[in-house]
Amino acid sequence: MAELGADLKVDGIHTAYGLSQVLFGVSLDVQAGECIALIGRNGVGKTTTMRSIMGLTPPRQGHVMWKGQDIARLGPHRICRLGIGFVPEDRRIFPELSVWENLDIARRTGAGGRTTWSEEQVFALFPDLAEIRDRRGGVLSGGQQQMLTIARTLMGNPELLLLDEPSEGLAPLIVELLQQRVAELKATGLSIVLAEQNLQFVMALADRVYILEKGEVRFTGTPADLKADERIVHQYLTV
Amino acid sequence: MTLTMFTLNAFYGLALAMNMFIIASGLNLIFGVLRVINFAHGMFYMFGAYITFTVAKTWGAPFFVGVLAAAAALGLIAFVVERLLLRHLYDKEHLMQLLFTFALVLLMSDAAKMIWGTDQYSVGYPPGMGGAVNLGFVMLPQYQLFLCVVGPLIAVAMWFVVDRTRWGRVVRAATQDREMLAALGVNVPMVYAAVFTIGSALAGVGGALAAPRIALVPGMDATIINECFIIVIIGGLGNMWGSFLGALAFGFVVQFGTVLAPNWQDVLPYLLMLAVLIVRPWGLLGRPEAGH
Repeated sequence: MAELGADLKVDGIHTAYGLSQVLFGVSLDVQAGECIALIGRNGVGKTTTMRSIMGLTPPRQGHVMWKGQDIARLGPHRICRLGIGFVPEDRRIFPELSVWENLDIARRTGAGGRTTWSEEQVFALFPDLAEIRDRRGGVLSGGQQQMLTIARTLMGNPELLLLDEPSEGLAPLIVELLQQRVAELKATGLSIVLAEQNLQFVMALADRVYILEKGEVRFTGTPADLKADERIVHQYLTV
Repeated sequence: MTLTMFTLNAFYGLALAMNMFIIASGLNLIFGVLRVINFAHGMFYMFGAYITFTVAKTWGAPFFVGVLAAAAALGLIAFVVERLLLRHLYDKEHLMQLLFTFALVLLMSDAAKMIWGTDQYSVGYPPGMGGAVNLGFVMLPQYQLFLCVVGPLIAVAMWFVVDRTRWGRVVRAATQDREMLAALGVNVPMVYAAVFTIGSALAGVGGALAAPRIALVPGMDATIINECFIIVIIGGLGNMWGSFLGALAFGFVVQFGTVLAPNWQDVLPYLLMLAVLIVRPWGLLGRPEAGH
């Protein structure tokens, strides 16, 4: 059966925290199996876009269509169960739970009965986690926490992964490893929305990029388009 | 004090401690997960006792049917209260929650007077539990012996559920980061409702099990809520085994205090709490709150 249109279609969302509005009509779309990147400086609305999609900070206006259904008014647990997984920038590991317990509470058959990911599969993807399975989440290193937060979200068998700044604060070697792992995830057919400041990471993984500034989309194109136009990089990305 | 007297008092202290633990553990569970201090917990306890009286004495059903009825009724009341009212207050300041649960105390107190009046009632020991077990040098009453078995059973059951089951892991995660837990697909509001229901049902069970050994009078809720707070604070807020230790300390201090220093009876539990807090401000098994 042919799928018409995009899996995820964000249509003109306005999102605010209390009185301070962050997003001013952001629109984007993700095809099945595609990886799009949200880039831009700190504070332009990358995280807020993800929080809006996930239902954590619901948009005040606009629509979030997922496989034809408007999910903009649903709670986060409903959105998760429909197949969208969120990997937060600050990792949000449960500090008093062990590595295994962090994975166990996220264990869930995906939308439409997907069971791609189990404990064994995530441990195969991140073998380091298997060795520290009984360690408390609160004592892990930054790299271990980043692997665990991705592994934990995979336990819910999502079809779309919202991956917020995975490389932030990690050593270059770990960033490289992470980049390989995310590429492997993409190769399994998982759709990905990636927010990143690390351009090399973006260039290696993204099919298309959206540049955000002040809560609006300022540029849409392929990584090649971006490479071809130095001015855009200077205007929106370099500090 | 003779060995017989000592053993008997230690035994009564233990039975009181176990009864108090059942009640306090519910208050502690609710605080640990929801961060709500439920002032109505004592009222739930009183309702548990009165419902047992109605079911077992007025209707003549077996005592343990009364205990189950108390658990079910308080669980149901708590579930409705949480779903309709309390859930709107989690994001508000603590004062609002405190005022709300206090309002609940006033409402239920009047409801209790309308249903049961202001007479004093007693339930009596269930058949076959009114006797005593003879150890040679001392006679231990059967019903108190039964309490000494039920208390640890409930403690172990709670430990097992919280520590060893997936649902327990979800509950522990909810105490740490409920937003992330929701993003992982867990219906956190229903977890909260379940915890409030179970915690309140424990108050009902505690009241039902207390009914044979106390007089049922209006105002019995106020005493018990103070005592529960003392136990939970001694043990460390949110810590189940802490409440268990707190209840033991409370039970022995009250029982021996009553016998050895009757004039100090009312103040001894507070002195106990004071002593513990001077040495360990966060309670016996509690941990200092992050950032303090």
